[in-house]
Amino acid sequence: MFRVKVTVMLKRSVLDPQGAALERALNACRDDALSFSEVSSVRVGKVIEMTCDGNDAESVKERMHSLADRILANPVMEEYTVSVESLS
Amino acid sequence: MKNGMKAGIVVFPGSNCDRDCYRALKAVTGVEARFVWHRESSLEDFDLIILPGGFSFGDYLRTGAIARFSPVMNEVIRLGKRGVRLLGICNGFQILAEAGLLPGALLRNQGLLFICKDIYMKVERSNTDFTNKYEQGQVLRMPVIHGEGNYTIDEAGYHELVDGEQVIFRYCASDGSVNPSDAPNGAMGNIAGIINREGNILGLMPHPEKVSEPIMGGEDGAGVFRSLLSVLSV
Repeated sequence: MFRVKVTVMLKRSVLDPQGAALERALNACRDDALSFSEVSSVRVGKVIEMTCDGNDAESVKERMHSLADRILANPVMEEYTVSVESLS
Repeated sequence: MKNGMKAGIVVFPGSNCDRDCYRALKAVTGVEARFVWHRESSLEDFDLIILPGGFSFGDYLRTGAIARFSPVMNEVIRLGKRGVRLLGICNGFQILAEAGLLPGALLRNQGLLFICKDIYMKVERSNTDFTNKYEQGQVLRMPVIHGEGNYTIDEAGYHELVDGEQVIFRYCASDGSVNPSDAPNGAMGNIAGIINREGNILGLMPHPEKVSEPIMGGEDGAGVFRSLLSVLSV
């Protein structure tokens, strides 16, 4: 068994409205205890965790790459990373 | 009797029930509310502030999480702590919870579906500023329109709510019986609305403003506004 983690982010060149809204809100915080004006370039993505059957990390990673490329991410607008960790 | 009460309706980017609240308030109580843009940072002496339903800031991050940091919220929190009545409906409830003015959190609906339908809920307490025009145990029919209305809180918090009689509305069947299957969103203890310990801040998921005139197919929501008027206009 392997634990697979796929992180999907919008490409840098694509507008991320969620990230932009969050950044504006963080910068605009006026609460004394919470001022986060030092934060910039906020992007919001997603992490997809799975367990996966397989014989070796190398082949699992290859298959999960094609899963990410075809389903979990849209390579036109998103980029992704895949990490595979053995559970045994 | 002074001329009604001074009411403000906060408008966040993405609020979409603000005008419904305005209309309901006017139709039921005669009060002309003032819309308050979320960037305003000082508020006048409102008797009542409504946080309306909608999708503030696109519900990004978590529902209500970004709205909670709008400039106006510092003032809303300050006034709420001073005893000004705050009414949070749907997204407004989510914002109140995120702001820590009400305990607990609203999770994604059990069953994962966005729900848009009429439900029944029971008035658990009629001796509050928001429910004094209802009968104790009265069953109300109201619409819910939300994706994240699954109220949750830890075990200790839940007992505190119950012991403190802070649960004001529970989802129920049309005959008033309360079973878990009557909670459309899976809410803990069928909770549809709660009040803070001091009794001046109420949050609920169903929309009273959408059933406040006969033309809307029901008047079950009008009692909330009538109750507030009876307390605030004397």
